[in-house]
Amino acid sequence: MERKIVLEARDLTRKVSSPGGVLTIVDGVSLGILAGETVALVGASGAGKSTLLAMLAGLDLPTSGHVLLDGHDLAQLDEDARAKLRANSVGFVFQAFHLLPALTALENVMLPLELAGRRDAAQAARAMLARVGLENRTGHYPRQLSGGEQQRVALARASVTRPAVLFADEPTGNLDTATGAQICDLLFELNREAGTTLLLVTHEAALAARCGRRLTMAAGRLV
Amino acid sequence: MRAAFALALRTLGREARSGDLAVLFLALFVAVAALTGVGFLVGRVDRAMHLQASEVLGADLRLQSGQPIGAGYAAEAARRGIDTARLTSMLSVILKGDRTQLAEVNAVSPGYPLRGEVQVAAEAFGAPASMRGIPAAGEVWPDSRLLAALGAHVGDTISVGSADLRVARVLISRPDQGSGFVDLAPSLLMNEADLPATQLIQPGSRVSYAALFAGSRAAIGQFAPWLAHTRQPGERLRDIAEASSEVGNAATRAGHFLSLAGLTGVLLCAVAIAMTARRYVKRHLDLAALLKTLGATHGTVLGISLLQLTCIALIAAAAGVLAGFMAQQGLLALLQGMIAAQLPPPDWHPALMGFVAALLLLAGCALPPLLQLARVPALRVLRRDIGPPPLAALLAYGPAALAIALLIRWMSGDTWLAVAFIVGLAAAMGVLALAGWLLVSLVGRLRRGPGIAWRYGAANLARRRGESILQIVALGLGLAALLLLTIVRGDLIQDWQARLPANPPNYFFVNIPGGQRDAFRDLLAGQGAQLSRLLPMIRGRLLAINGAPVAGRGFSSARGEGFAMREQNLSWSDDIGTGNKIVAGHWFRPQEHGQPLVSVATDFAESLGLKLGDQLTFDVAGESVQVSISSFRDVQWDSLQPNFFLMFAPGLLDGLAGTWMASAVYRPDNSARIAELVRRFPGVSIFDVGQLVAQVRSIFDKAVLAVQSVFLFTLLAGIVVLLAAVQATREERRYESAMLRTLGASRRLVLAGVLLEFALLGMAAGVIAAAAAACAGGLIATRLLDIPYRADPALWITGGLAGAGLVCIAGWLATRTALHAPPMQILRQD
Repeated sequence: MERKIVLEARDLTRKVSSPGGVLTIVDGVSLGILAGETVALVGASGAGKSTLLAMLAGLDLPTSGHVLLDGHDLAQLDEDARAKLRANSVGFVFQAFHLLPALTALENVMLPLELAGRRDAAQAARAMLARVGLENRTGHYPRQLSGGEQQRVALARASVTRPAVLFADEPTGNLDTATGAQICDLLFELNREAGTTLLLVTHEAALAARCGRRLTMAAGRLV
Repeated sequence: MRAAFALALRTLGREARSGDLAVLFLALFVAVAALTGVGFLVGRVDRAMHLQASEVLGADLRLQSGQPIGAGYAAEAARRGIDTARLTSMLSVILKGDRTQLAEVNAVSPGYPLRGEVQVAAEAFGAPASMRGIPAAGEVWPDSRLLAALGAHVGDTISVGSADLRVARVLISRPDQGSGFVDLAPSLLMNEADLPATQLIQPGSRVSYAALFAGSRAAIGQFAPWLAHTRQPGERLRDIAEASSEVGNAATRAGHFLSLAGLTGVLLCAVAIAMTARRYVKRHLDLAALLKTLGATHGTVLGISLLQLTCIALIAAAAGVLAGFMAQQGLLALLQGMIAAQLPPPDWHPALMGFVAALLLLAGCALPPLLQLARVPALRVLRRDIGPPPLAALLAYGPAALAIALLIRWMSGDTWLAVAFIVGLAAAMGVLALAGWLLVSLVGRLRRGPGIAWRYGAANLARRRGESILQIVALGLGLAALLLLTIVRGDLIQDWQARLPANPPNYFFVNIPGGQRDAFRDLLAGQGAQLSRLLPMIRGRLLAINGAPVAGRGFSSARGEGFAMREQNLSWSDDIGTGNKIVAGHWFRPQEHGQPLVSVATDFAESLGLKLGDQLTFDVAGESVQVSISSFRDVQWDSLQPNFFLMFAPGLLDGLAGTWMASAVYRPDNSARIAELVRRFPGVSIFDVGQLVAQVRSIFDKAVLAVQSVFLFTLLAGIVVLLAAVQATREERRYESAMLRTLGASRRLVLAGVLLEFALLGMAAGVIAAAAAACAGGLIATRLLDIPYRADPALWITGGLAGAGLVCIAGWLATRTALHAPPMQILRQD
C-alpha cells in the first residue's frame, strides 16, 4: 500500500535579526515524511533542529517556504486555525515534560481531548494512563511523580488524541539512562500501535538508530 | 469553549490552593474591603452630617417669604411622599400684667420641626430636655429671657396679641433659631391654630412665612429643582448647603477630606491589581503557550484566564464587602463613646459599589496584560525566551487609566475634585517615573562601588530597569498616600483645630445701650465672665453703589440681593479682630480714623461685584453716610467670634446713637445669675452660643473619626501594594539567590545584596513620596481647607527611612525561604 506524505517542507528558511546582522537559522530545507514513518532529526547544538521542528509543527512561521501538515499549508492558516489543527492532528513530547502542575495526571491527559471537544475525555485518558502503566497514579499531581512517571504522563497526553504526527523534542534529555530507555520503548510502542508518524529531535545516537530514517542538520541545512 | 470553561473552573480551586492566585485574591479582597468599608462608614457619617446640617433648617428644604405661601407646594410635596410643616413668625409686644416685652412670635403647625429637636425646660434657664411635638392649642412656650423680662413663670397666662395663652413649658432652643442671632429678640413658640385668635396678622404687618420640607435624599433631590423652578418671586429657597455658614463649611470640608481619603484607597487598589495581574500573566505564559501547543485557540486561552479572574474578583468582592462591613461595624463599636450622635444605619450602595469596582478595576488593570497573555506564541514551549509581542502603550495603560478615572469621578462626586486628583496623580506618576529612571541610571553607573553585595544589589536594580522604575512608582504612590494620611493629615488636623478657638466665647450680648456699657461690663466681670470683645453696633441700609441706587438694580445672586436690600449691622474698631485677614487694601491706619472709609468682607463684596475704591452710600439712623472701600477682608465665620460684613473706620460713626455687643466666656453657676442680668439690663439680648459650638465640635469629631478609619483601610491597602511589588520579582530573586549560592556566595552576602537593592529602591520611593505628599498637603490645605500649611522637614526623613525599612522587611520576608532552602531544590523546581 502506498503511504501518503503527512508532513512536507518546501524550501524552508528562517532568518532572525541579531546585533551582528541577519542570521539564517534554517536555510532552504525541503523534506517529506510519510504516514507512519519514524524520523530522527540529529545534529550538533545550534544546527537549527529545534527551529525546524517548531516550523514543521506550526509553532513558528518560516521567513520563506511552506509547510504542509496533514494536507494543510500552515502559511495559509491563522494562529487559531493552526491551534485547531494541532488539537486534531499533532502531539508533543518535550524534554522538560511541561505538565500542568495544578492538574492531576488524569486531568493533564484529558486536556487535549477536552480542547478537541471529546465527550469521553475522562474515559479515554484513564485508558491511556493504564496503557503507560500509571493506572494507580491518575490522581497524583506532577510534583508527586518521578521524572520517568512525568514523562509517561506526557507521552500519554501526546498520544491520547491519536495524532497524525507526534513531535518529540529530546524526550529523554532530562532522564537517566535506564528510565530514558523505558520511555523510548514506550514511545515506539505507542507509535506502532497508533500508526502515528514520529519526528524526534535527539542528541542520542541510540535513540536515533531506532528510527526508520535519520536526518542530519548542520548550519541550518540537511546534510 | 465549554471544555475551556470547565477547565478554568476546575483548575481555579487548585490554582488558588497552589498559591498562584492568592496574591491577586488578597489584593482584590483588601481593595474591596477598603473601598466598601470606607463607603459604608463615609456614607453613614455623611448622612449623619447631612441630618445635622438639616437640623439648622429644621428641614431639608425651607421656602421663606414675606407673603403667605400657597398650599400648592405642600400638596405636591405630599404627592411625592415628602413631609411638610409651616412656621409663621412676626415681632409683637407680649404682655403680662403691666409688663411688656417685644418678642418674636413663632406659630408652628404639627410636625414642626421636621429635622432636629426642640429643647424645653420646666423653668426659666432650667436644664434642657428634648421635646417631641408642639405646644397644644391654648398653650405657649416662651423662652427664658422673655419669661424673665415679663417676670412670668410656668403656669402663668401671658397675652399674645388678643389671645391669652398659658405658659406650659420654657423654650430653650429650636433647631432653626439660626446663628443670625443679632436679629433675634426673645421668642416664643405657639400652635398655629391659635394664630387667628391673636389677630396679630393684619394688612401691612410684617410677617415672615416659611414652608418646611423633609424626605428621603432621592425625593428631596428631585423636589428641590421643581420647587426652585415653581416658586414665586420673593420666595427664597434655602437648602442645607447654605443653611449655616458654620455647619456648612465644616460639612463641606469633611466631605472633601473623606472623598480624598477614599480616592487614595481606590488608587492603591488599582496599583495592587495591576501589579498582581502582571504577575499572573508572567506566571501563566508557559501555560498559555502549552495550551496553544495542545490546540487551544486565542479565544480559549483568553477565556480561561478571564473566567478564572472574574471568579476570583467576584469571590474576593463578596468576601471584601463582608469584611468591609464587619470592619466598619467593629470600628464603630470600638469608637462608640467618641461620637456625639448615633449614626444612621448603613445603606447597601457600597456593597454594589464593591462588586462594580472590583470588576471595573480588574477590567481596566488586568485585561490588557491578559490580552497579551492570549497572544503568547506557542513556540514558547520550545524557547522560553520568547514572550508575547509588547502591548501598545495606549492599550496597556489606557483602560487602567479610564477605569481609575471613572472610579475617581464616581467616588468624589465632584468633577473639579476628580480632575484635580487625576492631574495630580498623573503629575506625581510622571515625577516618580522620572526620579526612578534617574536613580536607576545613577546606580548603574556606580556599579564599581564598594564590595560584592553593593555590586550585586546595584546590578540587579539597573538590570531590571523597567521593573525597578515601575516598583518605585508604585511604592512611591503607596508611600505618598500613607504619608499624606499620617504625617500630613496630622499636621492638617492640628492646623485646622488650632483655628477653632480652644475656649470660644459661649455667650453673646447684643443691644447693650451706650450709657450702660461700663456697668454691664463690670457686672459681667463680677460674675466671673471673660469678655473677649466689645464692639459698637448700628443698623444701616445700603442705598447706592458709586452713586447708583441699589433699589431697582439687577442682582446676579439672591445673596447679593439680600445684602443690598436688607438692613445690615455696621461696626467699627481699631483692631481687625481674630478670624479676619486683609486680602486687598489695608486695615485702617491711625491717621485714617474718622475718614469716610469702610472695610468689606469678601463674601459681601463678591456678591455685589464691588471693587476697592468703590463709593458706598448708607442710610445710618436717618443720615446719609458715603464711604469709600479701603480694604477687603476674608472673614473666618466659623471662628465663633463676633464678626461683621462691614467695618467702618473708627471715629466716623461715633456721633450716631448705637448700641454695643459683647462676646464672653461665661459660665453662670445658676440660672438666677442670668435672671439678674436680664432684670438689670432688660434691653440686652443674651445668646447662649455654647450649643452652636457643641454642634460644630460634634461635626468635627465625626469628620476626624471617619478620616482616621479611612486611614486604617488605606494603610492595609498600602501594605498589599508593597507585598505585590516585592512578590512580583520573588521567583526571579529566589532563583538568583540559589544560583549565587551554588556559585559559592555566602547567605550573608546574598542577603546583603538583596537588602541593599531593596533599601535603595525603598529609599528612593520614600523620599519622592515625601515630596509628593508635601505638595499634595499644601494643595489640600490651601485649595480645599483654606488653611496655611507648612511641610514638616521630618516628612522627608521619615519617608526615606520608612520606605527603605518597609521594603527591606518585605523583601527579606519574600526572599528568606530562598536563603534557607538548599539551592538545588529551588533550581530543580524551576
